[in-house]
Amino acid sequence: MPIEIDIAHVARLARLALDEGELESYRAQLGVILEHAARVQSLEIEPEVEAAHPLGFANAFREDVLRPSLDRNEVLAQAPSAVDGYFLAPPALESE
Amino acid sequence: MIDSSFSEAGRRLRSGEVTALTLLETALDTAGRTEAQLHAFLTLDTEGAREAAAKADADFADGIDLGPLHGIPVALKDNMCTRGVETTAASQILAGYFPPYDATVVARLRTGGAVVVGKTNLDEFAMGSSTENSAYGTTYNPWDLTRVPGGSSGGSAASVAAGSSLAAFGSDTGGSIRQPASLCGVVGMKPTYGTVSRYGLIAFASSLDQIGPFTRTVEDSALALQAIWGHDPHDATSYAGDYPDPTSGLGRGVEGLRIGLVSELSGEGYEPAVESATGAMVALLESAGAEVIEVSLPTFDIALSAYYLIAPAEASSNLARFDGIRYGLRVDGPTTEELMSRTRAEGFGPEVTRRILLGTYSLSAGYYDAFYGQAQRVRAAIQEDFASAYQQVDVLVSPTSPTVAFEAGARTADPLAMYLSDICTIPSNLSGHPAISVPIGLDEAGLPIGFQVMAPALGEEVMYQVAAEVEQLAGFSIAPTAIEGAL
Amino acid sequence: MSWEPVIGIEVHVELMTNSKMFCGCAVEFGAEPNTLTCPTCLGLPGALPVPNRVAIESIMSIGLALNCQVSPRSVFHRKNYFYADLPKNYQISQFDVPVCHDGYLDVDVDGETRRVGIERAHMEEDTGKSMHLGTGGRIHAAEGTLLDFNRSGVPLVEIVSRPDIRSAVESRAYAQQLRSVVAELGVSDARLEEGSIRFDANVSIRPEGEVLLGTKVEIKNMNSFRSLERAVDFEIGRQVDLVESGGLVIQETRHWDEEAGVTHSMRTKEGSSDYRYFTEPDLVPMVMGQEWVDEVRGRLPELPADRRRRYELQGLDPESAGVLSGMDAELRAVYDEAVRSGAPAKAAATWLTGEVIGWTRKHKVESSALLLDGAGLAELIEMVDEGVVSSSAAKEVLDGVLSGGGAPSVVAKDRDLLQMKDRDALEAAVDQVVAAHPAAVEGFRHGEEKVVGFLVGQVMKATQGKADPRAVNEILRAKLSE
Repeated sequence: MPIEIDIAHVARLARLALDEGELESYRAQLGVILEHAARVQSLEIEPEVEAAHPLGFANAFREDVLRPSLDRNEVLAQAPSAVDGYFLAPPALESE
Repeated sequence: MIDSSFSEAGRRLRSGEVTALTLLETALDTAGRTEAQLHAFLTLDTEGAREAAAKADADFADGIDLGPLHGIPVALKDNMCTRGVETTAASQILAGYFPPYDATVVARLRTGGAVVVGKTNLDEFAMGSSTENSAYGTTYNPWDLTRVPGGSSGGSAASVAAGSSLAAFGSDTGGSIRQPASLCGVVGMKPTYGTVSRYGLIAFASSLDQIGPFTRTVEDSALALQAIWGHDPHDATSYAGDYPDPTSGLGRGVEGLRIGLVSELSGEGYEPAVESATGAMVALLESAGAEVIEVSLPTFDIALSAYYLIAPAEASSNLARFDGIRYGLRVDGPTTEELMSRTRAEGFGPEVTRRILLGTYSLSAGYYDAFYGQAQRVRAAIQEDFASAYQQVDVLVSPTSPTVAFEAGARTADPLAMYLSDICTIPSNLSGHPAISVPIGLDEAGLPIGFQVMAPALGEEVMYQVAAEVEQLAGFSIAPTAIEGAL
Repeated sequence: MSWEPVIGIEVHVELMTNSKMFCGCAVEFGAEPNTLTCPTCLGLPGALPVPNRVAIESIMSIGLALNCQVSPRSVFHRKNYFYADLPKNYQISQFDVPVCHDGYLDVDVDGETRRVGIERAHMEEDTGKSMHLGTGGRIHAAEGTLLDFNRSGVPLVEIVSRPDIRSAVESRAYAQQLRSVVAELGVSDARLEEGSIRFDANVSIRPEGEVLLGTKVEIKNMNSFRSLERAVDFEIGRQVDLVESGGLVIQETRHWDEEAGVTHSMRTKEGSSDYRYFTEPDLVPMVMGQEWVDEVRGRLPELPADRRRRYELQGLDPESAGVLSGMDAELRAVYDEAVRSGAPAKAAATWLTGEVIGWTRKHKVESSALLLDGAGLAELIEMVDEGVVSSSAAKEVLDGVLSGGGAPSVVAKDRDLLQMKDRDALEAAVDQVVAAHPAAVEGFRHGEEKVVGFLVGQVMKATQGKADPRAVNEILRAKLSE
């Protein structure tokens, strides 16, 4: 049984502006894939079991020393829109 | 003439028989004659390559020898950041993106005097098994131009097979180096997770991705691995302990080694030619002195399912940064939210979109535990299965791919069918263990078949030991038939 | 109906490390926009985070100072949401295994000590800064957004209290005392005005005696301790009014408007946030072994609670101990030095918490620029004790010392403040005054005690305040009784 999904909600969470047709198409595909993926539920395992890095180490830190930052020109050269040293984006919300 | 290996080319460089510039011109020449059909490259950096080759020649003249890749033309998968060279991850969302820094692996290759010829094609953001998901057109298989080279590192595999580079680097998350290596008849390996830096590799699935080499021989592969692996302070998942010598087992043979043939990786879905070639090689290994037993790893049956929850989940988060704000494609909108949503809808192809949706879903409230959470638990069980198996054997073997190269377009309509291409390779991504694909022969249609050797974590020594024997026993030569005329 | 306010406070502290949490860019306030960035804090493709060891030790210090347990094993999580100032569109934070948990802070509120539980302290990275273009800089009327990522990746410690706070005044006290602990540890300069410490309050109400919690409302944008108190106070009132008029409190985030003195509902986005937390795959777990914890604990400076206890042992009453403990480090150092030089603790504390602090406020002098040291204070106290100067003259001496006149004995001499101790001179002065005020003397003989004060005052006047009032009093009474 393919799995039912609220695809519009998922697309919103993922910031993907898809049209009705696309949403429907992805919904159907995801349903089939998830049905297959749900096979993971066939294995009964203790909830505390955790997958680990194969070389299982901890405490990978860096010392609190400065390293050179990027040149701002190089950084802003890739920006789709920049002004006065800032990146420029539209307003966060609809203007009232 | 295309060298049979970069080790051979290196010998000729050091003996003065050939210069780095000549090696490069041969590679560029090959590219010139094959690219129209193969489309292995997205960017050819001829100028940069010539500079590097000239420098290599000057170095040799001054008695400076930077190692096995010094002066050797190499290609890099276009998901590795190269400063000053366009890096797109084969996506529209990064069209025209020039990273302001080199990936650590790239920096190490440059420091080792390698001559970077260009950036190779891939499935968009490394998601795919055929390179058909590239936003810039697919790459074709040099053994049959109607077929795929495999993926996601199809361009790198095709380039080494064709000879437009003597070594290439790709990334392997679910088999993206080994499977195309198998389909293109070259050697490709995935190192132990944590041994090769991911800094500068455009992330797909952080806990699975590893950079690895494509080469024409097993010996080359071990040398190429040594050139790029090692601790990197820029990568917190990078291993800081002792590294083995991957070359030390070469030529030692398999006498006394215990080899496990994975029973789950056979049967339905496996082409007869692949199964019989695998069986034949196993028999040869036995004759060569190895003890071969059948081993069952039952969790392998749900490995694919676990992978298709874990990888897209991590990817959905890793790809969130592509939002049109700081770099890359921007599609305007009245609010930031609109701008981001439109940019991403337009910039990502269907497979990437599919996986982002899948990943977002499996992490979302109410679904996390049954999907992503459970997949991670299955992953732990897979790690345990491997651990038990390695108590009985030294290495595990299987076909690299259930099939040989399939026709372009054959699997694009059915995502699940495409995902099944990775069924043999995925388990070692989930466990983080090293694995290699060695070409062992052709099927009746003249398409290459790959044999996979898997080893425990940091077991590259025994892995290469067995792989070298496999190579020796197979006696396979890289002579891609489809482009013969062009060469 | 009697309502009980239930308040919890969330504090974000920017750590004052040299470099950012996950990369080597500098942590600096006020630099030119986007000049302190790198692939990691900009969220460029391929970049990776590596945690700053000093930041981890700083959060351990904070946790230990707040009586927390340090988790033996802790991991980072990704908190996924899209926002322009969050470069990766996820924040590396912590979810269910924070570095520190289950502690408390004892807070002085109006002479009473209340214990506020600390649920957790976790490590995360700060976001960049957005400036909204358009009228008023308010998000609702913006025409565009300017983004500066200098702050992106700065180490941030989030400290979450339990809902143990019961009033606006207590909220403020908690915030102030938490701030001083953090500042004393030296891990952050914790300046509200600069945003290196930020407070959010969660406010709810419930009927007195009720055990279940009411719906909580989050209040943001309080930029001073005073506005924190005002905001909490307003919100409590708003909720009470709402409920008493039949309404229901909705769970939401409200924005404090300092000018209008009210909280506004912030525009709620459709659907609540689903952060899709999962363990950060680019990082490995942190193991805080006992040895490391002990090492960090050993390096902690004396904390306010320990200090107060020490002052009380030295003889101060709890209130004075509390006040002194809350003073700037420089002033407390003067106290410590004075006591070491032999001054009685009570006297030293009284001078500092009274005259000295009063003087610095009046003359707007920073504690760090104080020209009085412990030895000088001890000297001054001794001079008063021995009657070398009168207590009122001592205040003038203090003024002289603080104004740069040198040591107390020098100032006393220069300003002619030394008490007249010469017995003969005193007797002469008294005689003069007695002779000049026969009516007062008569008054005394008839039992009017008050005239003594008057006459002493006259002697003080006649001697320009230099006479030792105690001696004058003694001599006067003796003469009057003759």
